Amino acid sequence: MDDYILKMTNISKSFGEVQALHNVNFVVGRNEVVGLLGDNGAGKSTLIKIVTGYHQPTSGEIEFDGRKLKGITVAQARDELGIETVYQERALADQQTLWRNIFMGRELTTKAGFLDVGRMRQETQRLMQGSMGFTSSAVTPDSVVSTFSGGEKQGVAITRALYFEAKLIILDEPTMGLSLSETRKLLDFVRDIKRAGKACIFIDHNVFHVYSVADRVVVMDRGTIAGEFYTKDITLDQLMEKMYRVAQTGSLD
Amino acid sequence: MGPKYPELAHKYLGPVQASFEPIRRLLRKFGLQIGIVVAGLIIWTVFCIASPDTFLGYNIYGAIMSTTPFFAMMALVLTMVVISAEMDLSFPAVMAFGVAIFCLVLEGATALGWNYSISLTLATLSCFLAGLGAGLLNGFIVVRIGIPSLVATIGTQFFWRGIVVVIMNGSGRSLVSTQGTVLHGALVGRLGGLVPAQMLWTIAIAIVVWIFLNRHKFGAHVYLVGDKVESARLMGVNVPRTKIMVFAAMGLMASFAGLVASLEVLYFWLNLGEGHMLTTLSSVFLGGTSVFGGTGTVFGTFVASFIIALINPGIIAAGLSGFWTQVIYGLIIVLAVTMHAVLRKRLV
Repeated sequence: MDDYILKMTNISKSFGEVQALHNVNFVVGRNEVVGLLGDNGAGKSTLIKIVTGYHQPTSGEIEFDGRKLKGITVAQARDELGIETVYQERALADQQTLWRNIFMGRELTTKAGFLDVGRMRQETQRLMQGSMGFTSSAVTPDSVVSTFSGGEKQGVAITRALYFEAKLIILDEPTMGLSLSETRKLLDFVRDIKRAGKACIFIDHNVFHVYSVADRVVVMDRGTIAGEFYTKDITLDQLMEKMYRVAQTGSLD
Repeated sequence: MGPKYPELAHKYLGPVQASFEPIRRLLRKFGLQIGIVVAGLIIWTVFCIASPDTFLGYNIYGAIMSTTPFFAMMALVLTMVVISAEMDLSFPAVMAFGVAIFCLVLEGATALGWNYSISLTLATLSCFLAGLGAGLLNGFIVVRIGIPSLVATIGTQFFWRGIVVVIMNGSGRSLVSTQGTVLHGALVGRLGGLVPAQMLWTIAIAIVVWIFLNRHKFGAHVYLVGDKVESARLMGVNVPRTKIMVFAAMGLMASFAGLVASLEVLYFWLNLGEGHMLTTLSSVFLGGTSVFGGTGTVFGTFVASFIIALINPGIIAAGLSGFWTQVIYGLIIVLAVTMHAVLRKRLV
């Protein structure tokens, strides 16, 4: 028995005729940054969506924080278990205000479901100065998200994930569309997650990014795990060579 | 117009222009509401000038207050439907279906010899349940079966209209017997001899819809679902439940509006609702609700319904032939929707 926050055993997932995942065994340590690499269609996003409760596995078992999961919903995964995700698409509602986006799906309420708008605005204001790094006075909790740049939107999505005290933070292609300095901020953020004692799953196409922050790298190919390496045991060049070989031949060696 | 990054306003513009920033911020937040009120005031002023006899007396406002509620009430709830990026075109037929059930239950209960008040209460509850049921059916078809709401509700509109004709055997019903009852007074009585009760109901409904849309978790979810449904789903919002509840509310409101409209004229016409499709939809869009979902306000729809109500009498009182009504309607709607689109682009 080891100290895993997440343990997925023999996970398979089919969508009708298409088998997206086939007998995947995937674990994440309590304070580990795991990089998930693989080409398009390898099954990375599907695997992640199973962890977050968006999809149910066709077969296999999931254990989170020692607890066996069955039929968990997205809201449960997030609120009860502490799994936060920053999605590729950022999962923001562009026409809505900042505070509505931060609290999307878990609005702070008083009794009978009535919104505690004041508190949500207050918290958003606090977060704005702190982690989101909005310094201009022109941005308020009522600013509409569509006015933000790609990096700022990323900041919103990330802050949202951090705010709610997650145990596991999943980043799905977070560097997409970011400038160089924004990318660097993001990689620093991943290092902060590790320093905060949490676990992180980091999916990216860019092997360089993943290698620079991950403790362990898991390579997926066509719905299965092709192999895994501790970053301290392999150089970046070696890793890239293996990735290339997987793409060409379907196996690591 | 205006800098893209307002915080730079102080740097690149003079202090005077930069001081417009708080005004700009206010416009950004309430632009839609301010726009519709300004438009309404302009139209009303034009009518007052064109025919002061009509528009500076009470009678026209009494008439507007007694008839506008029929579609204004539905427009308020339809606003929620459109914000959630759905559409409901079945409401005129559901109006009729609700009242048809009302008439049949009333007839049946009185035939059984039951006390009239009890029969009326039963009939009223049945009417609302019928509307709620029709709304839930819409929700079910759209959410569980997956048919786009525009098509689904065109279908249910035909369906309920047909059901009404069948169960009523092709003829309407007199509602004269409801005169003087508590129900009649509560729904369409004249308070102080002047204010039609339906007007107060409309205001109450506007307040309730506003509270649920803006101060309740349900409303927050309606906006999120309409804005980007996938984002909402990924963030754990119960999208199916939100949509079904919105359709159910619309069905319920349609039956309520139908009952009010029928009690006002003391007759149930089989084609009840047919005239309300255009006015209801116009109110929703004139009020600034985006057809793509995600934005819209109760206040906008409320003001817009009364602007729509003003147009017809305004045109006639101004001496223009009634033929012009359609032209003016169309012009006002196109101009208003354009104004909303422009404001949205420039202020955000």
